[in-house]
Order: sequence, then C-alpha cells, then structure tokens
Amino acid sequence: MSNQDFVRRMPGAGSSAAGATLQRIHLDPLFLSLLIAIVGYGLVVLYSAVNGDTAVFTNQLIRIALAFVALFVAAQLRPAFYRRWTPFVYAGGVLLLVLVLFVGVTVKGSQRWLDLPGLPRFQPSELMKIAVPMMVAWYFHDRALPPRFSDVCVALLIIAVPAGCIVMQPDLGTGILVAGAGFGVLVLAGLYWRWIFIALLAVAMMAPGLWYFLQDYQRQRIVTLFDPQSDPLGAGWNIIQSTTAIGSGGLWGKGLFQGTQSHLDFLPESQTDFIIAVVGEELGLVGILGLLSLYLIVIARGLYIASQAPATFSRLLAGALTLTFFVYVFVNIGMVCGLLPVVGVPLPLVSYGGTSAITLMASFGIIMSVSTHRSW
Amino acid sequence: MASSLSLNDPLRERQSFAARAAVLFFLALCLIGALVLRLVQLQVWEHEAYQTRSDENRIQVQPLAPPRGLIRDRNGVLLADNTTIYSLALVRERISDMDALLARLDGLVGLTETEIAEYEKRLQRRRRPFEPVALKVPLTEAEIARLAVDRHRLPGVEIVTELVRRYPPESAALFAHAVGSVRRVTEQDLQRLDPVRYSATRYIGRRGVEHFYENSLHGEVGYQRVETDAHGRIRQVLEIDPPVSGKDITLQLDSRLQIAASAALGGRRGAVVALDPRTGGVLAMVSNPGYDPNLFISGMSDEIYKGLIDSRETPLFNRAINGQYSPGSTFKPVVGLAGISTGVTGWEEHIEDRGWFKLPHQERIYRDWSWKPSNSGGQGTVDLNRAIYRSSNVYFYDLASRIGIARLAPFAAQFGLGRNLAVDIDQASVGLLPDPIWKQGAKGEVWYPGDTVNIGIGQGDLLVTPLQLATMVTTIANRGRVVRPRMLLESSSPLVELDPPPPPPTVQGPSPDDWERMIDSMEDVVHRGNKGYGQNGTAWAYIGRGIDYRMAGKSGTAQVVEIRQGETYNEEELDEFNRKHAWFIAFAPADDPVIALAVLVENGGGGSSVAGPVAREVLDAYLLPQLALR
Repeated sequence: MSNQDFVRRMPGAGSSAAGATLQRIHLDPLFLSLLIAIVGYGLVVLYSAVNGDTAVFTNQLIRIALAFVALFVAAQLRPAFYRRWTPFVYAGGVLLLVLVLFVGVTVKGSQRWLDLPGLPRFQPSELMKIAVPMMVAWYFHDRALPPRFSDVCVALLIIAVPAGCIVMQPDLGTGILVAGAGFGVLVLAGLYWRWIFIALLAVAMMAPGLWYFLQDYQRQRIVTLFDPQSDPLGAGWNIIQSTTAIGSGGLWGKGLFQGTQSHLDFLPESQTDFIIAVVGEELGLVGILGLLSLYLIVIARGLYIASQAPATFSRLLAGALTLTFFVYVFVNIGMVCGLLPVVGVPLPLVSYGGTSAITLMASFGIIMSVSTHRSW
Repeated sequence: MASSLSLNDPLRERQSFAARAAVLFFLALCLIGALVLRLVQLQVWEHEAYQTRSDENRIQVQPLAPPRGLIRDRNGVLLADNTTIYSLALVRERISDMDALLARLDGLVGLTETEIAEYEKRLQRRRRPFEPVALKVPLTEAEIARLAVDRHRLPGVEIVTELVRRYPPESAALFAHAVGSVRRVTEQDLQRLDPVRYSATRYIGRRGVEHFYENSLHGEVGYQRVETDAHGRIRQVLEIDPPVSGKDITLQLDSRLQIAASAALGGRRGAVVALDPRTGGVLAMVSNPGYDPNLFISGMSDEIYKGLIDSRETPLFNRAINGQYSPGSTFKPVVGLAGISTGVTGWEEHIEDRGWFKLPHQERIYRDWSWKPSNSGGQGTVDLNRAIYRSSNVYFYDLASRIGIARLAPFAAQFGLGRNLAVDIDQASVGLLPDPIWKQGAKGEVWYPGDTVNIGIGQGDLLVTPLQLATMVTTIANRGRVVRPRMLLESSSPLVELDPPPPPPTVQGPSPDDWERMIDSMEDVVHRGNKGYGQNGTAWAYIGRGIDYRMAGKSGTAQVVEIRQGETYNEEELDEFNRKHAWFIAFAPADDPVIALAVLVENGGGGSSVAGPVAREVLDAYLLPQLALR
C-alpha cells in the first residue's frame, strides 16, 4: 500500500534527496532532526550528571536506541490502523490498571508496577498516556464537532476511569497528566470556551476542598513549594538544592562537567527528574533557553502536523500528544525551578529512564505517521 | 462561533482545529515565558545570592588541631610525643539497618557491648548531620586491613585518623605522675576554654606538666578551606593555613635517675622526690604504683578503669605531691635549728634522755622510740648533735615544748611547710603546718602544750608531702637558701606560663656555723659507725658503709595509727595499711650538695632500715657516675 502514500515536501526540511528518502520511510525530517538534537543534548548533559559512570550512560544509550526503534515502528503504522485498534488498546490498558490495583508491585509506597510472567516489569499507567487521548480522539472521530454535552460526558468517563485507577495507586502526578492528555483532545475538538471556563472556575472553587483528599506527603509538597526553608534538610532539600544549582549557574553556566551542586551530590535526582538543574548549573540560562527553543519548535511542528492531518482522529491524536509533550516539559522545569510542587515527571528525552523515553518516542512515531500517511 | 458548524464539515472542522491549536500554542508560549521569567530571576537577578549559597554548600572551613608540643627529659629522652591512631566511626545518616551493620562489624573487628553502649551515648550528643561518630578506638593494623577489604559493602563506615598523645610504653607508667597525661576535652572544658583555639582539639592536659603547660604545649589552631560533597566527605583542599605545633619543653627530670628511684622502691608503695638544690629542678619524681596514661587516650574497658579507681593501692594518686603524711623524725633538724636560732638551746646544752617525757603537772607519757614498758630505755645524755644522729624523741619533746608553737610554726614555715613553693606544680598539696589559730578554726579546740610536744617529733597534726620534705631538706642543703621546685628545664621558646614568683626569702635565724653543725649531725646519721651499741648513727648500719661521698640524711618513721598509753607497737598485729610509714631525707655531697631527696615508703616500717637504702641507691645512681668522671 506504500505506493499510494503521499510524500509531502516540507519547505526547508524535506527538499533534499535524503529528506525524500526519510519521507518514504515515514519519518519527518525536521521532526527527526529536532528529536536527535534534543536527545544528543540530553546525552551530553546526562554524561556529566552520571559523573563518568559509563555503565549508566551506556544503559541510557541502549534505551534511546530502543526508543528510536519504537518511533520507527510507530511511524510505519497508518493512522487508520491506530484508530481500528484504539478501543482494544484502551480496554486492555484499563484492564491492566485494574490488575495493578490488585496484584501490582509496591515500590516506595505506591502500587504502580506490573510484574507479569514473561514480560519485563512495566507501568501500565505509562501506556495510558497515549491510550487515553487516542480513545477520546477515536470517540470524537465520527461525531459532530464541537462536541455536544452528552459526548463530552462520555469523553469525561473515558478519561476518568483510567485516571481514577492511576490516582488510586496512588500516583496523582501521572493521573493528572493522563487526564490532561484527554482534556487536550477535548479542547482541540472545539469544546466551547464557556464550558472550559465554567469547569476551570468549578475546579478553582473546589480547590480548598481537594486539600482534604490529598495524602500527607502531597500536602507536604505543596507546603514546601511556598516555603522550602521550613524543612531545609528534609522535604525542602530538593528544591533548595535545585534552585541553588540553577541560580548559581548564572547566564553562561559553570561549564560542562564543572557543576559543583551536581558533582558533589548536593543535587538529588540529578540524572532523572532534576536534570534540568544540571543544565542550568553547567550551561546557564543560555543552555536552558537553547533546550527550551528545541522543545518549542517540536511543539510548533507537532501542532502544525496535526492541523494538516486529513482525518479528525489523527488530527486530535497528534495534537493531544504534542500538548502532552508540552505539559511534561512545563511541569518538569516548573517543578525544578520551584514554580510547581514536586511531582514525578521526567524531563522528556533528557532524563535518565527507559519507559518514558520509549513512550515519548512512540507518540512521536504516531505523529510522524499522521504526517507522512496521506491516505489512511 | 462553534455553534454555527454543521454536522460533517471537514474544512470548518480543520479551521476550528487550527484556531484551537494556535490558541493553545500561544498559551504554551505564555507558560514557557513564565518559566523563562523565573529562570531569569534565578540566574540573572538573584545569581549572586545563589552563587554564594552554592559555595557555602561545598566550601567549608575546618579547624586543624595543632600537634602537641613534645616533652623530653634533661638528656633529650622523649617522655611524650604524638602518634596517629585510627578509629572506626559511623555516619548515622548513611546507615539504613544499624543492627545488621553492627553484627557485620562485630564479625570483622569484634565489638564489645560497652563499645556499642558508648557509641549510642555519643550518638545522642549534638553534632552536625553526616558527622562520623566513633564506635571503636583504636583499630589495629589487622582490623584496618579487614575493614578496607569490605569497605565498599559497608556504607556509612569510616576510618578516622587522629593525631594523639603517646607516652612511650616502656616508660609511660614510670613518668605518669611527673609528666601527667591528657584526657578527652569534655563539655565543661569547652565552656571555659577559648572556643576558637580549641575548635579542633580533642585532648587537654589532665595532670602534671601536661596540665600546667597546657597553654604552651597546645599550639595554635590552623584552618583549611575544603570542598566537601553533600555527605561531608572532603573532595579537595583548596587552601590551608597550617596549625602551629605546641612548644617543645625539656624537663629537669633525669630519666636515668627516675628509673633508679623506681627500681629502688621496688614494688613498694611510696614516693621519691629528688631536687637539684642549686636550682630547685625536680630530677626525679616517682610515685609508686604508677599507671599507663595511654589508657586515658585510647580508652579502656570498664574493668580496667574500675581496677584503677578502686585499687587499695591507688595507682592514680600522685603520692609525691598529693600524699600528705606526718614527717616523723625527719622534722627534727628543723626543730633543732629553731631551738638554736631562738636561743632556747645551744649546741653545748644537753639533757638526760630516759626514754620518756612528761609535761609539768601532766600524767601523759611521751615515749622515745627506744622506750620499753618498764619506763626504761632512752639515749642517756643527749645534746643536739646526738639527738639528731640518735633521733632522740625525748630531746625534741623537751625542746619543742620550750620553743613553743608560736615560734616553732613560723620558723618551720620558712622551709616551705604548709605551702606550695613549686613554680610549676600547681596541683601539689600544701600539707598542714598546724598552729593555735588553725586548730581553733578547724577543730574548735584550744592549742594544748601536748600538741607542741608531738609536733617536736614530726607527729600530731603536722602533715607534709614528699615534695615538701624534699624542699625542706634542700633548704638545709643550701644552708638556708630556699629554692622553688620546678619541673621545667628549658623550652623551644619562652612559655606564657612562666612568670615565676620571686624566690622565697632565705631562712632567718641560724648562723652559717649552725647550718654546718646541723649538717654535720645529719652526716653522723649516715656515717657515724663502729662506735658501739647506742653510739652509731641510726642509718649507719643500713647504708653507712662503703660510701664514696659524704651524705647528710635523716630518717623518719611516721605512725599511722595512734598507740594508746601503755601499749606497745606490734607490727605483726597491725593491718598492712596501718603500719608505719618509712621516711628518709638526704642530700649529697654534704659540703657541696648537687642532689637532695625525700623518700617515702608507705607502711614500710623503719625509716633508716627501709627508706634509707632507697635513698642511698638513688644518690649512688646519681653521684657515682659523676665521681667516676672526676
């Protein structure tokens, strides 16, 4: 069927022969170069953050390679294929989430992992970051847009079931991200602004009440956000050390491999969730702005691809995945520089970790599939 | 706007989507803008504050303890130096399962319950996070090796090195009392010490020279600026301002003489203090038994500590300066000189000694040492010379009662009794030179004539330390010139502690001739022999034969328990610790003394027979090599 595929030529990116070849194997040249740039940047920073621990670094290289494989595979599948399989993926995902609640492996007080025989241990909630927006997009694909109230209700139900399961693990951070991805589809689908405002207003009014539903450690994180010095050696330690790392980096940074906060172990989680602080310390404001620019171009490109997509399903899905990506970037950096409470969100494509990289690359693969398959 | 869309209108749907995407992208830009604003705040506006905070995180100024000054004897023999010890310390914050770790360490180096209990006590004290707390001190080489092998499997276990005082083991116990020792700085110490100077110091002088010269021996604290990681481990030293070692000091002590004195005492409880009469320098200061001061540095088991504390032999007690005893007959030369210089008696005057003395109108009998229950005995016709070499009690009962306490006490005080004359032995006891005012104050009783009678033979309330007796005999050796005992010979540079008090005034009263005659009498104590029964010096038979130099001496035997009227002293019936103390004081050569000493053998018995030979051995050890050189 590939001979029917429409090969688009993007100005400035796909004009070369190599670009055309990439197009033919369903890879978006601009998108791909951006991702490689971010991943390369991330590897350099990670190499500094692991402090010469080549084993960890090699591990990450392997995961990145796997993630690119996931991207490539995901890009080959047609949007129609995704649409066909969406209900099954979603239902399977929900099933796994329910399974986690009963037989999940408990790590650090949360039951998030599933250890099925014959499979590597994994977090089903990670899958839902893609499956939920897919399902909402699937639901709206052949319905009238902007969505009617009853359709919105169904969509909310689609979102609420998995998100609820994830929050019960408990993993509030991932739950909110999964729900956010679903809401992204709703907003892109043209949900009336007044409904959005009413919903936001309602949430804002309920916020004080929500306080009582939070776990103690979650409350502590919010308290810490406003006053890290209340417990400088305990809950406040992370945020004090990460802001110190970023702040001390200044405009140009202390130089690659020269960060004292990270290399002397003051900065916790410097390879994973707090890696942007290493960028800030060693490469300064300029280094962070460079990375942020790359992220922004990725988001712009993702939204552009989405808006060019011929079908509702692929349009909504590509848009929602791009938005999710943005939310990761914003939440992670916001958390590390002390604007948001600490939640376990890695910095996309830079933080050390396999699951997140593979999920992200798979979602970029889907976006590329949307971009490169004219017919579906 | 959205409400006007029809059901399936792909174009409008796409337009609507594009609008939404644009709005959302704009929103994303705004949020990223907020992030950038925050980053600018951190990295540009408040950059310097965070730069400082980051430096404070990693850079620490640590005090460095100065090496303690060395202590040597007059021949340059090291009496105290420093050594590195290794201790096993734990960082509590890095240990998750304490019980498992302790069990593992027990398997590697062996831990006692005491060590664990002590560790838990230390853990309760205030400390910085990630500061290692000592668990086992010290570690042997083998233990360090075993720990090193397993180091990577023992997170939170550190081997801490420390420079500590060391007393050379072969001589540690011998010099423990003279040199003193150090102990760990306590919380109370820190309240009175200079907190800056002692910020890195772990040990402080506890006794003796170590205590008196603490200020000079301590040295000046140094500093280093180090880069540490979050766990407090030093990654690199950025800058160092080294500590200044304490001043080295050389003592008057002559370790060969110290060894000889200790050997002469043998295993007996007692003390020897030898002074150089010309300078007051303490040539030897032995208190037996001694103890190993190293134990107070490295730590010891409760068992050993209890043994030291509870022993009836009190090894921690410095008899030489803190043991207070009746001087017994060694006091008689002072009484004799008092009698002469007050004019109460003269060298030619004599009395009849029948073995006992009575005060007028009193029944109580004061006995001579030769007294027998039949009221017979005594030394016959006795002048001052004979009273000294025969040690007649009756003569001095009579003389003291005629001098009276009002004249005797001030005269004796000139010899340093009842005071601490020493320049640098501040912990020495002052003994007791009793007088009516003291008795009224201390006992609420009036002074009886009988009190003076007892003082005449060095008994009663009169108390002296071996150091004081050594000072007293030194004054006689110097013909009245009083010198202050001192431990210090010299130091690498002037010491702050040394602001010596002015020399005490020369003893007033005796003429040069009186001094010579008294010294002649004391020579008779040792050298007058072969004269027949009751005519020889009291010490001659024990030490007087074969001496190559002239030695002046006086024995003393101090009662420990009172012997009631009419009873005799029966040594066998008395508990060992109630037997008499044996004293001997001496100096030599008699006409140009270079050494003067006091020997005490606790519960030893007779002064001449027990303490005399000790004195002779010590003097021989000091003088014979010198004589051989000439």
